[in-house]
Amino acid sequence: MELQEFITNFANQFEETDSSVFTKDTVFKNLDEWSSLMALSIIAMCDEAYDVTLKGDDISNSNTIEDLFNLVKSRA
Amino acid sequence: MAYLGVKNVEIKGIAACVPKLSEENITSTVFPTSEDAIKFITSTGVERRRIADSETTTSDLCYLAAERLISDLNWDKESIDCLILVTQSPDYILPATSCVLQHRLKLKEECYALDISLGCSGWVYGMSVITNLISSGSFKRGLFLCGETALKFASHSDKSTWPLFGDAGTCVALEYSINANEIYFHLATDGSGYQAIIIPDGGYRNPFSLNSLSYYQAEEGINRNNLHTIMNGMDVFAFGISKAPESVKNLCSYFSIDQNIIDYYTFHQANFFMNEKIRKKLKLPEDKVVYSLKDYGNTSCASIPLTLVSQLKNELERNKLRHIACGFGVGLSWGSVYFETDKIVCSELIEY
Repeated sequence: MELQEFITNFANQFEETDSSVFTKDTVFKNLDEWSSLMALSIIAMCDEAYDVTLKGDDISNSNTIEDLFNLVKSRA
Repeated sequence: MAYLGVKNVEIKGIAACVPKLSEENITSTVFPTSEDAIKFITSTGVERRRIADSETTTSDLCYLAAERLISDLNWDKESIDCLILVTQSPDYILPATSCVLQHRLKLKEECYALDISLGCSGWVYGMSVITNLISSGSFKRGLFLCGETALKFASHSDKSTWPLFGDAGTCVALEYSINANEIYFHLATDGSGYQAIIIPDGGYRNPFSLNSLSYYQAEEGINRNNLHTIMNGMDVFAFGISKAPESVKNLCSYFSIDQNIIDYYTFHQANFFMNEKIRKKLKLPEDKVVYSLKDYGNTSCASIPLTLVSQLKNELERNKLRHIACGFGVGLSWGSVYFETDKIVCSELIEY
C-alpha cells in the first residue's frame, strides 16, 4: 500500500478541509473539522480500503497521518 | 464454526411495548449547543427515545407485551411450556426475573424459565436457545421475552449514551410444528472486547462502594460514574462494521441462502451511521433494510423485535416473509439468524 494513496483516502473523508492541507505530517486531531464522527469515518475507510480494523486506541495513539499509515500497513 | 440449523419450530406471533414518555434529542440538555444536537441526530439517526419511569422495569414492559400476545393468539396459558427472558436490566440481582414473570403471567408450574444476560446480540442468541428447546417436540409452546431499560444505567450527562439508548420490552411466541421451515443461525463471541461496553461497578468483580457514585469527566460532554454504561464508541463501531456483515455473509454461504430471496433484513439498531456502513458493505437495497431507531433509539436486545413490530406489522400479518436478522454488541457478542414468518400475529405496539 502506498502512502500517497492513503493520504488521499484520508483527505476524502473530509468535506470542509481543502485536500491540499493533507500531508504525511499532518497532525490530524488539530484540524478544525476533526471530530469523533470523523474518527469513525477514518475507521470505516481503513476497513473498506485495506480490510484493517482499527481500535479507538489506534486513533488516540497516532499523531500524524503517517503514524496511522504505518499502523494500517503493518496489519494489512 | 458456530452454526446451527433448527427444525420444527414456527414463529406464531410478536409483540412489543414501549414507555409512553418520549424525549426529543433536539431539545435534550445533554448537548451543550443545539448544533451538537443536530450533529448527533444527523449521524446516529436517533431523533427521540422512549424512557421508562422510575417505577417501570424491563419485566413490566415484557409482561405487557406477553399478555397482549397471548391474548391476541388466543393461547391457553396451560399450553406454554417454557419462557426465556433476555435482558441486562433484571428486576433483582437474584432471583432470576424469568421466575418472577412465570408467576406474574400465571403460567403453569411445569414451566421451564431461564434468564440470559446478553445485550445487542441477545435476540439472536435467545432465539437459538428457545428454538432448540422446542425443536425436539417435548415443549410445544414457548415465550421468548427480550427487553432492556438501558436508560436506567446511562448517565444523564453522557452525550455518547443518554441520547442514543431507549427502553423497550418485547415478546415472540413460538410453537412446535413439523411443517416449519428450518431456522438457521451463525453465532460468535470475542470476549477480548469485554471493556468496549461495560458498567464497571455493582457486580462482584468491583462491588458497589461509595466511590461507585463519584462522578468524573471522561471527556467533554461525558460525565458519569462507575454504575453507568461506558461505551468506547470507536471500538464498537470498528467491531460492528466488520463483524456484522461478515456474520450475515457466513450465514448465507454456510446454509446456501441466496441473499436476493430475503424480503427483509433487520439489524440491531446500533446507530444509523454504523448500520448504513453495514448495509452498504453487504450491498443491500435500502427498501429491504428496516429501521426504527429514529423514534426509539438503540434498545439493545429489544431492537430487532421492536423494529419488526413497529415497521412491518402489516407485512408480517398479510404475507409470507423470509427474514435475516443480525445482532451485535456488548460482550463482544454477535450473531445472525435466517427465519421465515407466515402471516403471523403482530400485536399493535403497546405504550405504557
